[in-house]
Amino acid sequence: MPMTMTEKILARASGRTAVGPGDNVWVNVDVLMTHDVCGPGTIGIFKREFGKDAKVWDPEKVVIIPDHYIFTRDQKCHRNVDILRDFVREQGIPHYYDVGGKNYKGVCHIALAQEGHTRPGEVLFGTDSHTCTAGAFNQFATGIGNTDAAFILGTGKLLVKVPPTMRFEFEGAFPPYVLAKDVILHIIGDIGVDGGTYKAMEFVGEAVRGLTMEERMTLCNMVIEGGGKNGVLEADDVTLDYVRARTGKAFEPVAADPGASHVFHRRYDASAIEPTVATPHSPDNKATAHALRDVRLTRAYIGSCTGGKITDFINAARIMRGRRVTVDTFLVPATTEISQGLHTETVGGETLAAIFEAAGCQLSPDASCAACLGGPKDTFGRINGPEVCISTTNRNFPGRMGSKEGQVYLASPYTVAASAVTGRITDPREFLS
Amino acid sequence: MSASSVIRGPVFVVGDNIDTDQIIPAQYLTLVPTIPEEYEKLGSYALIGLPDGQGRFVPEGAAKTPYAIVIAGRNFGCGSSREHAPIALGAAGAQAVVAESYARIFFRNCVATGELYPVESPVRLVEAFQTGDEAEIDLDASAITNLRTGQRLALNALGDARPVIDAGGLFAYARATGMISQPAS
Repeated sequence: MPMTMTEKILARASGRTAVGPGDNVWVNVDVLMTHDVCGPGTIGIFKREFGKDAKVWDPEKVVIIPDHYIFTRDQKCHRNVDILRDFVREQGIPHYYDVGGKNYKGVCHIALAQEGHTRPGEVLFGTDSHTCTAGAFNQFATGIGNTDAAFILGTGKLLVKVPPTMRFEFEGAFPPYVLAKDVILHIIGDIGVDGGTYKAMEFVGEAVRGLTMEERMTLCNMVIEGGGKNGVLEADDVTLDYVRARTGKAFEPVAADPGASHVFHRRYDASAIEPTVATPHSPDNKATAHALRDVRLTRAYIGSCTGGKITDFINAARIMRGRRVTVDTFLVPATTEISQGLHTETVGGETLAAIFEAAGCQLSPDASCAACLGGPKDTFGRINGPEVCISTTNRNFPGRMGSKEGQVYLASPYTVAASAVTGRITDPREFLS
Repeated sequence: MSASSVIRGPVFVVGDNIDTDQIIPAQYLTLVPTIPEEYEKLGSYALIGLPDGQGRFVPEGAAKTPYAIVIAGRNFGCGSSREHAPIALGAAGAQAVVAESYARIFFRNCVATGELYPVESPVRLVEAFQTGDEAEIDLDASAITNLRTGQRLALNALGDARPVIDAGGLFAYARATGMISQPAS
């Protein structure tokens, strides 16, 4: 039977020549990632179940990235990072990106990629639902809970059901005012927040091949908002260049077999995608930015694994350069590498940091998940009242960014930047000539 | 969880797409579920993220819920992979959720932790129940009865997930069936 990319990765990882949708297979795990929110609980289960002196199956394959609750006075948050530190020391785990030093990175999904832990053909599990981001690198990547993660820590294996694949094909080229965020919001609007449940979502076609690695990550990042188990892309020179620049490890990409079968196949005319917004309180409440032009805002937010990458800030700066924001606008770089990039990357001869400062934005000096998921009360940019916010983040569930009184509109960095300038939801074509 | 086939008690009814931020808002994720007093605390916050006006699943100031069963619509537990979500419901004293469908990670976390039974209903139940109705789930017979109205509705069988939850979760099941030899410390 011809296999899809996802099936090929899972066949290889389970030592089989072939697998098909619905097969339950034990896969060997290449990387297990955890962070400060789920790491302490995972470690607790690992010790309870395997013994207090137990050793992880392979310290080289465990990556621990504190990123959620870092810049807060909340004492439990600090206690949780201490639990990670003790575990890393005791287990001799080399890939630990500690808080408060030069090794700190920030948002795990972006740091994983930047530090070379996302490699084609591999299997990655993480205790975070947006672990699916790494599917952009032609690998199988998905989120799991603490118990499954503890099982992997002890055994290096996990039982998974092979998902059927949904194929999303984009012919032609995306218009210059459309970003990957518009594309994935469009798809989620089409299939609904449970349209991809238990399924792999693969993105192919000429328009997808034209995307940067960062934009491809945005596409895969939000498959979980469509219910998907994993997202996956083909590997090409863009993929290989990014990965080889960041790791010396060997890896082997997978390609789908001709004739592989899909449970769903939809072709899109890439040129017809419009700037898209998800209205409160669900990522599948699809509308065009243009249709929402009368919605008044009180704040804007650019950040997270979805919308806090360097390309996201470059795109925002293209619109904000020479303009002023009219609502409170919070910017949170996903990682320290991106924080530094704000001072070195330029648009029109000005650094991004200078553009955002002149525009009147509030730029977080620290990289983290910050207010994407609300967090402790003193989190930068957290919604603490009846705010109407437009955001480059991934979820707009009630209370997601803090207060249940808040309303969150999800959009691309272009649309968020344009809306921050006008104070109402704005199609970025008003500013992009 | 007990291996008894029957779960009986009052129900708490919610709608579609109840996400993990509503089940346990992110500000409470600083609590570590393997620390016993923090496990209990998570229970006291179960479903506190529901929009105001939908009532409290756990009464203010209480640690436990009076509701044994949650009745929900489609895609229950969507959103994050936080295992704190089924744990909060289980720690509060809920024994089962009955929904039309589940988000994949939430379902898997229910089974892995053994905290509660995520039972699927082939039909929509949220209109057949009101919060506070007394109900009885018979897992062996795969059915739920609303004891106020007398209506009995068929449920999908839990299949292979049932013995794992009966045993108390993935590790307890693996140990009981000889998949893992090491004793828990």
